[in-house]
This record gives sequence, structure tokens and C-alpha cells, in this order.
Amino acid sequence: MASSKLPWLNPAIAVGGLSPLLLLAVQGAQGQLGANGIEFALNQTGLLALAVLVASLACTPLRLVTGWTWPARIRRTLGLLAFTYTAAHFLTYAVLDQGLDARAMAEDVFTRPFITVGFTALLLLVPLAVTSTNTWVRRLGFPAWQRLHRLAYVAAVLGVVHFVWRVKKDVTEPVLYGAVLALLFAVRVGEALRKRRALARERPA
Amino acid sequence: MRDKLPPEPPGSEVTPEKLYVRRREFLKNAGLFAGTAAVVGGGLYLLGMKRTRPMDGFVPDAGAVDQPVVPAQGLFSTDEPRTPYEDVTTYNNFYELGLDKNDPARRAHLLKTRPWTVVIDGEVHKPWTVDVDQLISAFPLEERVYRMRCVEAWSMVIPWLGLPLGKLLDRVQPTSFAKYVAFTTLEDPEQLPGQKSPVLDWPYVEGLRLDEARHPLTLLATGLYGKQLPAQNGAPLRLVVPWKYGFKGIKSIVRITLTREQPPTTWNLANKREYGFYANVNPAVDHPRWSQATERRIGEGSRRPTLPFNGYADAVAGLYSGMDLKRDF
Repeated sequence: MASSKLPWLNPAIAVGGLSPLLLLAVQGAQGQLGANGIEFALNQTGLLALAVLVASLACTPLRLVTGWTWPARIRRTLGLLAFTYTAAHFLTYAVLDQGLDARAMAEDVFTRPFITVGFTALLLLVPLAVTSTNTWVRRLGFPAWQRLHRLAYVAAVLGVVHFVWRVKKDVTEPVLYGAVLALLFAVRVGEALRKRRALARERPA
Repeated sequence: MRDKLPPEPPGSEVTPEKLYVRRREFLKNAGLFAGTAAVVGGGLYLLGMKRTRPMDGFVPDAGAVDQPVVPAQGLFSTDEPRTPYEDVTTYNNFYELGLDKNDPARRAHLLKTRPWTVVIDGEVHKPWTVDVDQLISAFPLEERVYRMRCVEAWSMVIPWLGLPLGKLLDRVQPTSFAKYVAFTTLEDPEQLPGQKSPVLDWPYVEGLRLDEARHPLTLLATGLYGKQLPAQNGAPLRLVVPWKYGFKGIKSIVRITLTREQPPTTWNLANKREYGFYANVNPAVDHPRWSQATERRIGEGSRRPTLPFNGYADAVAGLYSGMDLKRDF
């Protein structure tokens, strides 16, 4: 059946995923983001970066639990979308918030743990975005590529820490993302253990 | 026989079956594409909506003030452009009415600011329990145009109305034991639903040293922009100490108590490392998590340097001579 290819799926994720960013840019240009528009843009891009990154990490666990194959097809699109929001978040900080003041930004990155972890998460996502193509999967070989892309989990954990340290007092929302992340990780660990046991059973005594 | 059937269209005009099927396939895919894109986009949009939303065309209602006002001048005013009324009244930190910046404006109607009783007691010769309107009309109303610097590194310029706290203290006559002034916000989770969540210890409490409280800059605000104080800004009575971070400006005060000992203060209780008792604006002492060297003036694009004591150093630095402001932040 032709629909098994789901040709509409990835374009839909990309267009739908980018539309809040586009809306934010348009509203920002028109000065419609409220009293502190830059803070608003920072909060929005940061939150959506983390949300989409967590969604990309949910693909494999969702496939393992449900047996559906479509989540695996949108993983790359979600990953690149998460990188796009992360980059937008950083650019909002660097250009609009800090006015490209290199000294102030260096001080932030090196002396403020809250910024250090956020910046590290961005750096970790760069090689993942670069090696997201099929060519790179072949070039690295699938096992090595897979190992490299586990960095996405590290980036997401750093994203949650960045979020926790960002809020003044109420950590409910960042903790919620942390809990989802822990659940996804638990599914992956469970699957790895199940595989290992299955392998051990197959091995002759 | 009836009329002939119309001629069958020539084979060249018949859509090939393959294309006909593809067209249906295309329409189906287009529908699925649009639906999925809308769900993904809408979902992310709603996720973000939870956070601080700008409020479109929101006009908070505030009553007129029918008392003569002493205009602000000199130290009590500034040439800097005033932050628009809409921003001053929709971008607020008042956790009792919600954690997001515009929650307080949305929920302002929940707080009934009249009738309102204020208790002034403790180390005073003449304790006073007074209706807030009686309190306000007992003193000349003064305008003060002050910079306000939030600990979150944003700032505003606000034209307040109010009475100098020192004049109220003169009236209740502190005893010789009085060293500090403690303030308490109304505690009523029905009117201030944020108090139902344990994000801070309720009620909100704040404090000043007696000499700080008596400083002519220290104001009990009852209005802004020539009108009555909106609930989201701390009606009917809030503290304004322009050389300190905004969180010292306790809102919706019901009790003012003169004390011998330094009173507890809410943000200091919540996090001693990050929020001190003094909380003087100081670009040289960073918040442990962010820089205090610069600030964003609401309505301005780029950051501006933060001034020691928020630009009021000439008037207030003497209060702290001999103190290590890095330690007593």
C-alpha cells in the first residue's frame, strides 16, 4: 500500500514544527510579544527546543512499546527541529539579549553554571545535526553513528538542568520534562537488558 | 426508442486510471499533511502558551484619586522616560496572584482591596489600627517617579503616588527599642490563590532597618500614574524602596510591626544564598546564577549598565558606611 510510505508525514512535522517559530518571529518584528519581548522569545524558543528534543528521544521507546514503525521515520526531523529551536534560542540570547557583547557572553558561559550547561547542550547538538544525513550514517558505520547520537540524551539532561536553574522558584515544569526523560531512558534500559538476556539464553553453555 | 445517448468521450480524453487513482491518493495525503501539521504546530503553540503571554489590549481598571498631589521633584523624580502604564500593570511579580508575569493582571479582580484594615504595632508608643482610606487621607499624597530594578535584571520607571513611610512612623512614634520595621502581606488563599501552592512561605513578609524605613525615598505607594494602585501592583498599600531590588517592595500590606530584632524576609527564607536581607541594587554583586551588571529597561532593546543603589547612591550610600556590601548583600 502506498500509504505505508507516509510521504506527508515528515513535511507535516517540519511545517507544523516550524510554524510557532515563524509566528514568534513575525510577532516579535511587530513588537507584539509584551512588555519584555526578548525574555518572552527566550522562554518560548528554549521551552520548545527542550520539548521537541524530548519528543525526538521518545521515538524509539514509542516504537519499542507499541510496535509502530512511524515514530522511527520522524526521529531525524524532530532532532533537526530541536536543533533549530536550540539555535534560535542561542541566537536570541547572543544577538537580542546580549547585543553580541563577547565579553559578557564569555563571562556567562564560563562562570555561570546555568549558562554553561545550556551552551554545552547546544555544542553537543551540533555534531548530531551535522551527521544527521544518510551519507554520514554510512560514513561512520551504524554502530558508531548510534553511539554518537546517544549524546542527544546528554543534551536533553543538560537542557532540563538549564531549565531548573533558570526558574526563580517554581520547578514544576522543568521537573516534569526531567520525569518524562527518565521514563524514556528507563524504557531504553529495559530494552537493552531484555536483549542482553535473550542473547545470553541463545549462547551455548 | 428515446434520444440517443450522448457520444462516449474519445479515449484520448479519459483520465488514465493510474492518474485518477493518484489524484485521490494526492488529496488524501494533502489532507493528512495539513491535519498533522496543524496538530504539531498547534500542540507546540499551546505548550508555549502556558508561559508568559503578552496581553493584547488589556486595560486594567483603576479608580481616580481625589486628593491633592505634591508633584515629584529633585531626588524624587527623574527625566528618564516613564514605562508605559500598560507594561507597569501587566508585567508583574506577585506570586500570590500567579507565577507568570501577566497572571497578576488577569487575576487582579480576585483581590478585594476595600474595605482594608492596616495594623501598625510593635515597638511603638501609639499603635494604630486604621482603615486604609483613612490612613491615606491622613497624609499629603506625594508623587514619586522612581526607577525600579527587579532582581531578575529588568527595570522600569514608575510614577508612584503615596506617603513617605517616615511620616507614618513619626505618627506612631517608635520606642527607643525599635530597630527594624517588619511588613506582612494579606494572607487569604481565596483572594490570593497563589497562596494555595507552597512555592514560598506565606504570607509574604519583608523588613527594613529603621533608618532605611525613615529615609525620605522610602514610600508607601497607594497609586501610580495619578490613579489608584491596581491590585496587581500591590493595592491598596505597597512598599517602594527604589535603591533595593523589587522584591523588597512588599505588596498588599496588612501589618507594619516595629521590632527589636531583624525580621525574617520571604525570599531570604526561600534561598539565603541568592537573596539577602538588604538586597541593595549592586552591579558588583552578581546573583549566583546571573549577572547583575546590566539590566533591560522594559521597552528598550539593548541592556544598560546597572547603577550602584539603582542610581540613588548619593542619597543612601551613607546608610551603609562601614558595611561589607559583598557580605551583607
